[in-house]
Amino acid sequence: MSFTTRGFSGRRRQPETRLPPGQTLVEKWPVLSAGPTPVVDTADWELTIQDETGTDHRWNWDELIALGVEDITVDIHCVTHWSKLGMAWRGVSLDKLFEHVGSRHQYVMAHSHGGYTTNLPLEDLLGGKAWIAIEAEGRPLHPEHGGPARLLVPHLYFWKSAKWIRGLTMMPGNDPGFWERYGYHIHGDPWQEQRYR
Amino acid sequence: MNALHTAAMPDQPRARTAWHTATIVEKLAETPHAVRLTLAAPTWPGSEPGTHLDVRLTAPDGYQASRSYSVASSTPAGNVVLAIDELPDGEVSPFLVQDARPGDQLEIHGPLGSYFTWLPGRSDRPVQLIAGGSGVVPLYAIALAHDAAGDPAHLQLLYSVRTPAEVFFADELAALTGPTFGLDLVYTREAPHDWPDPIGRLTRETLAARTIPASQRPHIYVCGSTGFVETITPWLVDLGHSATDVLTERFGGL
Repeated sequence: MSFTTRGFSGRRRQPETRLPPGQTLVEKWPVLSAGPTPVVDTADWELTIQDETGTDHRWNWDELIALGVEDITVDIHCVTHWSKLGMAWRGVSLDKLFEHVGSRHQYVMAHSHGGYTTNLPLEDLLGGKAWIAIEAEGRPLHPEHGGPARLLVPHLYFWKSAKWIRGLTMMPGNDPGFWERYGYHIHGDPWQEQRYR
Repeated sequence: MNALHTAAMPDQPRARTAWHTATIVEKLAETPHAVRLTLAAPTWPGSEPGTHLDVRLTAPDGYQASRSYSVASSTPAGNVVLAIDELPDGEVSPFLVQDARPGDQLEIHGPLGSYFTWLPGRSDRPVQLIAGGSGVVPLYAIALAHDAAGDPAHLQLLYSVRTPAEVFFADELAALTGPTFGLDLVYTREAPHDWPDPIGRLTRETLAARTIPASQRPHIYVCGSTGFVETITPWLVDLGHSATDVLTERFGGL
């Protein structure tokens, strides 16, 4: 289709190979969420991974940190068309958490304080591709951005990087989470432009 | 804890969304730096009040830019009204505000964000709408739908805006006020002559005094900049509203 909008040329742009289709570079870090920002104290913080036997594997804040915090530099891509490149994060690899979890299930539902959920295949969380992030750009993660801890899965659209993470539940199938039930794509790969179903 | 409007979650995946060609049929000045665009989009499926859509512009060389805008109205069928505030550093909004004219075509996609909706008859609890600046657009859509349906639930809009000239849908909102819709304006920089209230940012005291109390369990919709939403929502929770009764939508960043 050769659709054009009369008179529109857009910003003069450099070819940006790190920018997925339909994305625009931002310097700021926009905030998107569906309700009030939960206030979660690290003193009360806990992360749970529940397997198919109903067993809860738990880590408090200190236990999480003790697993080893890594420096991470990644690009992030939001479904609302902005991308932020080369962000510096610190967090704990999910590989380290899943070392302690035996499960045959291949899908995961992430649960957040405030009730948000999002679904992910386990393979998108393992192999150095996903973290529990606790710092961004040199500072503890601000509550607006999901602090004290959020999921960080930068190779998928950023709604998958659940803010205020409190637990992961293993699932036999790829059940949709919050935005996925409201029409967002079940997987959310920005390079395939998997925004909406 | 699994609270985030789980009761209203759709059970079934929603219909596939697509890009629709839309033609600008009317362009009006809404405020000194915003326009109201009426689009003819014959294939647009309609949208629930409160939702947004993506607008996509395509340059002759194939370059595309997309941005999200709240829908002010999508009735009658095939008709979509947007109100677009020009962002100084923007790419899409300056084109729509400055350059676009009736007859021009663009593409729209959606509706999106259907958690931030109000539908007639879904609840008999009152509804408190809280808008900052151009964040009023989806809330105006809700007020319009409430009026069109003659819904008996009480609706109250608290609208924080810099100056009288910057009120979106000023005449329409004034016309909607009546027994089941109340409008409260808070001017942050300049007010009409003889305005009885103080001029300045919305305070916690004003919020408490001019919104429906928690004892009446209103559904609350807050839309504005991130700063506005992040200021208002903790106050609402402190005033006794359940976090699960507070839905937020933000603009800004792009």
